[in-house]
Amino acid sequence: MTISANHTAPDQTSKAPTGDALTEAAKKFGITAEDYMLPARHQIEMVDPDGRLKPEGEQGTEPGHEYPLPGDEELLAAYEQLVVGRRVNDQNSALVRQGRMAVYPSSHGQEACQVAAALCLSDGDWMFPTYRDAVAVMTRGVDPVQVMTIFRGDWHGGFDPLKHKVGIQCTPLTTQLLHAVGVAHAAKLRGEDTVVLAMCGDGATSEGDFHEALNFAAVFHLPVIFFVQNNKYAISVPLAHQSVAPSLAHKAVGYGMAGERVDGNDVVALLAVLDRAVKLAREGSGPLLVEANTYRMQAHTNADDDTRYRENSEVAEWRAKDPVNRMRTYLTDRGLLDDDGEARIREKAEAVATQLRDGLSEDVPVDPQELFRHVFAKTTPQLKEQSALLADELARDAASSTEEAGK
Amino acid sequence: MSPTITTSSEANGNVSAATARAAASAAASAEAAGPQPVTLAKALNTALADAMHADSSVLVFGEDVGTLGGVFRITDGLTATFGEQRCFDTPLAESGIVGMAVGMAINGMRPVIEMQFDAFAYPAFEQIISHVAKMHNRTKGAVKLPLVIRVPYGGGIGGVEHHCDSSESYYAHTAGLKVFTPATVADGYRMLREAIDSDDPVVFMEPKKLYWSKDLVDLGELRSAHSAAAAAGRSSEGRAAVARPGTDATLIAYGPSVPTALAAAEAAALEGRSLEVIDVRTIVPFDDATVCESVRKTGRAVVIAEAHGFASVSSEIVARVQERCFHYLAAPIRRVTGFDIPYPAPKLEKYYLPGVDRILDAVDDLQWEN
Repeated sequence: MTISANHTAPDQTSKAPTGDALTEAAKKFGITAEDYMLPARHQIEMVDPDGRLKPEGEQGTEPGHEYPLPGDEELLAAYEQLVVGRRVNDQNSALVRQGRMAVYPSSHGQEACQVAAALCLSDGDWMFPTYRDAVAVMTRGVDPVQVMTIFRGDWHGGFDPLKHKVGIQCTPLTTQLLHAVGVAHAAKLRGEDTVVLAMCGDGATSEGDFHEALNFAAVFHLPVIFFVQNNKYAISVPLAHQSVAPSLAHKAVGYGMAGERVDGNDVVALLAVLDRAVKLAREGSGPLLVEANTYRMQAHTNADDDTRYRENSEVAEWRAKDPVNRMRTYLTDRGLLDDDGEARIREKAEAVATQLRDGLSEDVPVDPQELFRHVFAKTTPQLKEQSALLADELARDAASSTEEAGK
Repeated sequence: MSPTITTSSEANGNVSAATARAAASAAASAEAAGPQPVTLAKALNTALADAMHADSSVLVFGEDVGTLGGVFRITDGLTATFGEQRCFDTPLAESGIVGMAVGMAINGMRPVIEMQFDAFAYPAFEQIISHVAKMHNRTKGAVKLPLVIRVPYGGGIGGVEHHCDSSESYYAHTAGLKVFTPATVADGYRMLREAIDSDDPVVFMEPKKLYWSKDLVDLGELRSAHSAAAAAGRSSEGRAAVARPGTDATLIAYGPSVPTALAAAEAAALEGRSLEVIDVRTIVPFDDATVCESVRKTGRAVVIAEAHGFASVSSEIVARVQERCFHYLAAPIRRVTGFDIPYPAPKLEKYYLPGVDRILDAVDDLQWEN
């Protein structure tokens, strides 16, 4: 690491507002601005892979990087969403195998990240997800079938982003982070206390828009939480080929924002870290970067063969760190979850799976004229012509097939 | 300065109904009455100021647009008048500027962003093509992106490398973008106001060699005319202009090439040939009706553009006219465009740019003997 905690900040002759805010934030915790920006020496983890609460001294916390344990109610709600999320992932993968959906980038193994990303936000906040974040979008309250429309093949999106305050799932990597910055900027100019959570993966941190988004958010001092799910692979390319930074969270300091690492399979730690990040952002401490250390348990999509680039033993190692099992053990041991509770949650998950099966098996009629309807708010004469051309072509097709049938 | 601003934009449903759109009067105070010599730069600057007065959701940002007022001074005085929250400098990153504008438009604002120079907009290409152009369609109209991307473009200013590209074809080729380019001072004002009012994203191409050209215009009258048209829901979007009437052949031009076409028509008139000049104004949507009406009348056409001819707006215009006017044509449609070479260094640009002589040669070539 090149930046020491004792490093003296350069004399800022023209005082940037961001610098002041960082000092303020550091003051709040009695540490230097550098110690505020740098992630804690270890990632934050609270519940170990066996479902046991770690002793406070081993949770990775430090002065200024303290994280209170989330409340029981929040944890139970999170567990329910974890079970639903896992069921959704597996149901969707099954639907792809059955040919009901073109493709599904599963977040199997990353459900703790998905759930925490949605649960840390308030109703007025915004989320900007990627293509792999369907479970996060559903956890935010968007109808599961609407979320999956993008993969069903009848339109490139299925829900109203304004209604749910969720950006449409984004495929070009990290381009959505800038939209998150813009939404936060507009809210700030209006004096609203909106927080925006912007999601991306480890490979995406190599993209130029990752840099531009973090820098813009920091310079304009915006309440954006950049939430990086480090699932170790960008399709086939491992993290070591993307970055040799001490960690992805360490990139924060280069922008003058705070970074933190968290066990991405521990929903307790995730909620603790993200809840605090949301609180800090809402209080005006500027943007934050949170790196969740997790693992993509399945191939990139059904079109990918992950045995070409990783060992089964590695996958098995991560299976033992499963976020759902870990939480079940923890809550059961704490007496917060019993068989009845578990059964009720499974029933709910099954209901969502049924909803997905029904919704995605349905042969939804497509309207060819819709191709032209949404290109512009105010259409053009050229699109009107082309729309008429297609209508005429379809009318002639219909007429000739009626004729055929009549023969 | 007040820490907050209100939003009156109605584009996306999450904001309060428009109330502030009414009063656009403050800018008018310092102007002399009646037609005055006004530069295109001043007309654009006035349009921005008037739009910002009329609607507090209109924001201006980009590189050097704040204190400096833009390298071409198009945003001159806006920060002083409207404050740093309404007109501000961003970090030097074009993708960031466009991407942030997308987010702001999603959240109720009407950003007007500057790309400084044509060729410096390329880092923003992904945001423009993948999101600005597609958001409305992907969300079935739930999300509108009322943003304007101002691109100073074209050559003829002795600019060094990367400062003189004619990049309009890239944008015009992309479904979901509207592409405007004014050629007159009055259109500079009128079309920029309309672009800002539009609920669709507009790439607003400003011919930088015309920034300092002057016309006699009455800015107060333009302002009132715009208010009346906007109130009635009228816009000149998609309408070409007959810049000079004529009967023998049609010159079709846009942006920086319109004055050149007019000069060619003037010269031709001295030789007894009457050329009609059409100013395309909005490349997207394209006004087939006005262009074709002229060509059907004259039976001959030359399309003029600074951009490389190959796979360009000029080739599109030729194809469209040919498809629609074939039986009226007395000669193949000719083009006078830039050569298919990277934009030349300042001492060589005169050989590249369409000029009066080259246009007249093309006109001479339109099979008059028949």
